[in-house]
Formats: sequence, C-alpha cells, structure tokens
Amino acid sequence: MILRIFLTSLVMFLSISALSLRAEPLRIVIDEGVIEPLPFAVPDFVPENAGSAEMGAQLSRVVAADLQGSGLFREIQASAFISQISDFNAAVQFADWKAINAQALVTGAVNVSGNTLTVKFRLYDVFSGAELGSGLQFQGTTDGWRRMAHKVADAVYSRITGETGYFDSRVVYVSQSGPKGDRKKRLAIMDYDGANVKYLTDSRAIVLAPRFSPTGDRVLYTSYETGFPRIYVLDVGSVQRRVLESQDGVMSFAPRFAPNGQTVVYSQSQGSNTDLYAMNISNGQTTRLTSAPSIETAPSFSPDGSQIVFESDRSGTPQLYVMPASGGEARRISFGEGRYGTPVWSPRGDLVAFTKQSKGRFHIGVMRLDGSEERLLTASFLDEGPSWSPNGRVIMFHRETQGATGSSTLYSVDITGRNLRPVRTPEGGSEPSWSPLQK
Amino acid sequence: MVLIGWVLIGGVFQSDPLPLEATEVSVISGADFEALMAGRQSPSSVVDVAQPPQPDLETDAPAVPAPADPVAEASAPQIADTPPADDVPDVTQLAPPPDAEVADVAPEALTPPEETAVLVPDQAEQAVPEASERIAPEPVARPDPEAAPDPVQQDAVREADTGQTAQDTQEAMAPEEAAEEIVTEAETPTAAPLASIRPKLPDQRPAAEGSAPQSRTTEQNSTDTDAAVQAALEAAMSATSDAPAAPSGPPLSAGEKDALRVAVSNCWNVGSLSSDALSTTVTVGVSLSQDGKPITASIKMLSAEGGTTAAAKQAYEAARRAIIRCGASGYNLPADKYDQWKDIEMTFNPERMRIK
Repeated sequence: MILRIFLTSLVMFLSISALSLRAEPLRIVIDEGVIEPLPFAVPDFVPENAGSAEMGAQLSRVVAADLQGSGLFREIQASAFISQISDFNAAVQFADWKAINAQALVTGAVNVSGNTLTVKFRLYDVFSGAELGSGLQFQGTTDGWRRMAHKVADAVYSRITGETGYFDSRVVYVSQSGPKGDRKKRLAIMDYDGANVKYLTDSRAIVLAPRFSPTGDRVLYTSYETGFPRIYVLDVGSVQRRVLESQDGVMSFAPRFAPNGQTVVYSQSQGSNTDLYAMNISNGQTTRLTSAPSIETAPSFSPDGSQIVFESDRSGTPQLYVMPASGGEARRISFGEGRYGTPVWSPRGDLVAFTKQSKGRFHIGVMRLDGSEERLLTASFLDEGPSWSPNGRVIMFHRETQGATGSSTLYSVDITGRNLRPVRTPEGGSEPSWSPLQK
Repeated sequence: MVLIGWVLIGGVFQSDPLPLEATEVSVISGADFEALMAGRQSPSSVVDVAQPPQPDLETDAPAVPAPADPVAEASAPQIADTPPADDVPDVTQLAPPPDAEVADVAPEALTPPEETAVLVPDQAEQAVPEASERIAPEPVARPDPEAAPDPVQQDAVREADTGQTAQDTQEAMAPEEAAEEIVTEAETPTAAPLASIRPKLPDQRPAAEGSAPQSRTTEQNSTDTDAAVQAALEAAMSATSDAPAAPSGPPLSAGEKDALRVAVSNCWNVGSLSSDALSTTVTVGVSLSQDGKPITASIKMLSAEGGTTAAAKQAYEAARRAIIRCGASGYNLPADKYDQWKDIEMTFNPERMRIK
C-alpha cells in the first residue's frame, strides 16, 4: 500500500513537473525608457536628370530642418555617412547606417523638367531593415519646392510618430518694426518655418489678432483703420478684404472663426460692458451669447463647434470658462493662482492653451477641459498669444523683451515644454495664428 | 488520470494541515491572559514588529535565490539529455547570417535530433527484438532469484526503478544482446543516442515483459496496478520528453532578468511617439539566438492595449527598434540558461513615460 502511494505521488510529481516544464517564454515588463530625439539621416536626394542636383540637395535640407526642428528627431550630419545613396532604387546598405546609429533613413530622388518638379522618397527603419510605409511621389512647380519638401517631412513625421505633421502649413502674424513708442504693425503671412514672408496690409493702421479660417483661405483681424476697432475678413489669395457689419460707436475685436467657416464669434464693447457675440458672415445676422456685466472676451471654438472657451473676469479676476456655442450657462475651468487669458482650444480637442500671469511673470500653459493637469510651458517677462499647430503638438506664441528697446519675437514650443525655439522673421512678430495643413 | 483523481479524492495526503492546526495552542488563559492585559505594550510591540520585517525581508531576499538554484540544479540533470544543445548550435549558425527566416526553422531544428535519434532507435529497435530472443534465457536467471523469494513488492519496486532510470535497463540489455552492436554504439556520438533511447525504454520494457510474463503470471492485482502506474509513468515521461527541448535549464535570477530589462529600456525611445502611442501598452514576442542576439524575423506584436490600431503600430515599432538596437551585439544572458530566455515576451508599458 505504501508503495502504491509512493508510486502515485511519484506519478503526480512527474506530471506536475512535466506541466511546469512546458515551454513558456520569459516575460519581462519594461516601463522605463528614454525620451530623446530619434537619430535620422537624409542624404541629398538623387538627381534623376541633369540640373536636378542642386534641387535635390535643397529639398533634403528642408526635410532635415523640418524634422530636426520638431524636436523629435536629430539629424546625423552627412560627414558621418559611411555610404551614399546614388541610386534611389538600389538596395540600402543598412549596416552602414546602423554603424552611425541612424534609426531612420530618408532617401529621395528629384526630377526637374522645365517648370515641373517631381520628388520621390522612401523611409526606412534601419535597425529593422525594412521600409516604413511605401514610397511616395509629389509633383508640382519648381516655385513650390519648399512645400514639396514640407510634404515629404510631414509624411516621414507621420509614419514615425503616428501623428499628422504640421510642416506644410502657414502662419499669419503681426509684423512689428520700430521702437515701442512708435511701432509699425502690419499683417504678414509666412511658411511655418519663417520662409516666404509676404505682407497682407500696410502699416498705416494698427492691426491686431489675425485668425485663420478653418480652411486657411481667409483671415479675420481687427484694424483701427477708421480710428475705431473693427473686424475685417481678408482673402489670402487675392488680398481683398471687407469689414464686418457693426454698429457705429461699438468696438468689435477678438474675432475667431467657428469650425464651419461661416460663423464668427467675437467681443463687442458697449460702455464698460463687453460680451460675446456670434455672427453669420454671409448674412450679417448676430446673436448675443453672454449678458453678464463683466468682461467676456477671447472666445475659441471646440473642434466640433459645440462649445466655446473664453476669458471672463466675472469672478473678480480673469479666468477661463466653457459654455455651449449657442450661449448659456458657463462653467469655470481655471482655478490656479494668477490671471488666465487668451484661451485656444486644441485641434485635438483635449487641451486648452492659455496665457497666465502670475507673480509678475507671464506663462504659456495648457490644461485639460476640466481644468486638470495644468502645465506651464514657458516663463518670461511677457509671453502671450498662443496658437496651435495643425496637429495640436506645438504651440506658437510671441515673447516680448523688457525695456524701451524691447522687441517682440515669435517662438514655438512643444506641448511637453521642450524644444522652445524662436521662429525667424524679417522683423519682430506677435500674435501668430497657425493655419491648417495645406491641401 | 484515474490514479491522480483517486489520490486527490482519496485523501491520501492529509497530513499537511495538521501541523498548522497544532500550532494554534489556545491554552493561554488565566494568569497569562491577565499578564498580557496588564502589559499593554501594544505600541512597543508594534515597533518591534515593524523593525523585524525589514531585516526579515533582507534575509528573505538572499534566501529566495538559494532555493531557486537548487531547484534549477534538480532540473539540470535533465539537461544532460542535451540533444537540444547540439541542435542549438545549428540554429545559431543558421540564424545570424541569413535573415532569420532560417532562424524560424531553428526551433524546428529540434526535429534534427529526432533524425539523429532515428539512427539510435534503429539500433535500439534492432537490439530490442534480438534482445528479446537472445537475452530471454539469460535474464531468466535474474528474475529467478527475484521470483524465488516471490515478493510481489520487490517486482514492483524494480519496475519502478527501471521506469525511473532507463539507462540502467539499457546497460542491462545492451550487453546481453551482442557485443558487436555495443561497439557500434560506443562509436556513435554519446550524448544524442542516450537521449533518444529514453522514449524507447518503455518499448523495450513491454518486450521484456512479454518475454517473461510467465514468471509473473501469479501477480495479478499487483500487476494491474503496476501496469496502470507504469502507464501513468510513461505518460508523464513522455510528457517530459515532449518538452525537453524547451524547459531545461535553471530559471533566470531576478538580477539577470533585471539586467535584460535595463538593457532594453536603454534603447526604448518614446520621445518621438504620439500621445496616443504613449497610451498604448504593447506586448512583443522575440526569439533570441544563443549569442543573445534577437532574431529580427521572430519579432511580432502579441497584444496591444489602450490605443488605436495606428498607435499600437507606432508603439510596436518603437519597441521593435529598442529590442533590435540594444541587442545588436547580443544581450548579456547566461548561456547555460539559454532555454529559459530563447523566447521572451516583453511588455512595454509607457504609463510612466507618458506626457502628463
């Protein structure tokens, strides 16, 4: 009997041990990583015909600058390259690019035929030895070569990060020149990176707060052309403009388009009271959205057009509130110390960017729509006027330096607070408004 | 299975809970209880309790690896069957140069041992019939003394012994069959045949039983149970023999696992990931060659949680880059535990890296 028990227990032991010894993979959990720019290489695009070499080099430089400028990528200089790309369709020697730790490789080819420019590119994940996505080809005029480079960079950015890019976009802003006491202001439009600056107005009248339409073809802005602040709509292509209807003696300012492109919400002052109004710019019909005795201004629509975030001092100090797009009860979302203003709803819909004044300093910050997770991204003597990139990843604003000789400069910062960098403009700049991605 | 069920239901093992119950000596009462009440040293006792746990943890920590090692040693002998080890080198030779497609074949390389083992089995098969015919008379001499005392239990024990150590019976069988064949076996590679012989032992065993059933005909009940037990043993042994290629080898220590985790972490760059991808936890499966290098073609996403399909793709690609990049020169893993780390599931959880 004892022997049987021994044998049966032996059987059980062997069975259990057999089960436990079944092949099971080792399991580990990795919850710590690194946050650093992804090293990439962009060799000069291969010229496919005579006269394309210079264009190939220029294109590759713009692509590299876009990626590097995002702060998410780090370019490996050409001097470190072990092998060159001389044939767009040839097999890539991944070992050579691994050796210099290039994790992403962008190869391209360019063909200039008359005024027609054709650009092709491929993106490789070097360490996997595979292509990320399939190759793409763009065709346009040679004049638009920078846009084509931006489109290549957008595609690369999107394939690696999973987000849409923002490089093929423009910014309208107030260009400033002259001393603080006699500063000339005019509307200007440029590529997101400061290239191709063009002026939309002259400097005879003060202009304020330009805002792109959802399609990027029109700009709303406020002008003192008549000596009184009034709202204008300007067609970017033809540079034609018209003033929105308003009552005489009433100040209208801080306009912004609704996502439908037909409704404009703005502030209107009568006496000491300022309220929010909505106007259908096709027929001029207006609707009053607020009626508090306080100052309500700086409205901004949610991406779906159902809500508006705005600034109000109804609590005693300027704070941020959210209300339905048709007006109604508003709920306060900012509760920190200091004054909050110029809220802008993120294109993603999840965050609000704002200007905060606290303890004598200005900040650009972001918070969620319930007021949680407030993060201040910048701090300086004067930071103001945030505007979102089309993908909601970057914020552009202006920073003004102290003193009589102080100047205003455009800056951009990642929503993580990293990669704060100035945007090069011919003159000083303020109040930037970022366009959507161009089609 | 019936036996297992019987054992479980029959309540053969009931002695474990008893000692625990015996420790509940609740006899303390009376004066002792009053003394305890009068003591009221609960705060101090709490402090005392609080302090010991820390040293206990430290002492426990070193204690844990110790038992783990012995267990590993216990399983180590099974490694002696290392035909897989011979197979593995083949895998490594194939894996690095080509593009890992060959590496996929590597796991199948377990079959080559079967092919090599086929040679041995052939010999064994040849030996088995010959043994049964030729050896029958000689083995009879052995059973005879055993049969003389005629203790049924002795027979059962020896069967168990033979079941446990197959090699012993092989040794017994080999000389009986023919010296010529033994010579050829000695000339053949040593390790591989030994491993292949194991599964065939049960085959030889029934042959032996068939040759000498007459001497055991008197054992009826015992032989029934013994046969059942042996069948179960065979099932268990076959189960182990099915898995031997993978399970053998001691488990990785906590430190070794941690080193691997840190190594991959150093290359897991989430700086270029979208916020959606940073909300996605992906589990990635990867096979490593014996030199610790990841086999690129084996890397695959096993699961993803928390994000969109596109976000999961980005998160997976970042994880794949990390595995490949930091494993380019081979992860520092103990070679003797290859079977424990040749297949790994890595879960990349970016929760702590997420933008807040």
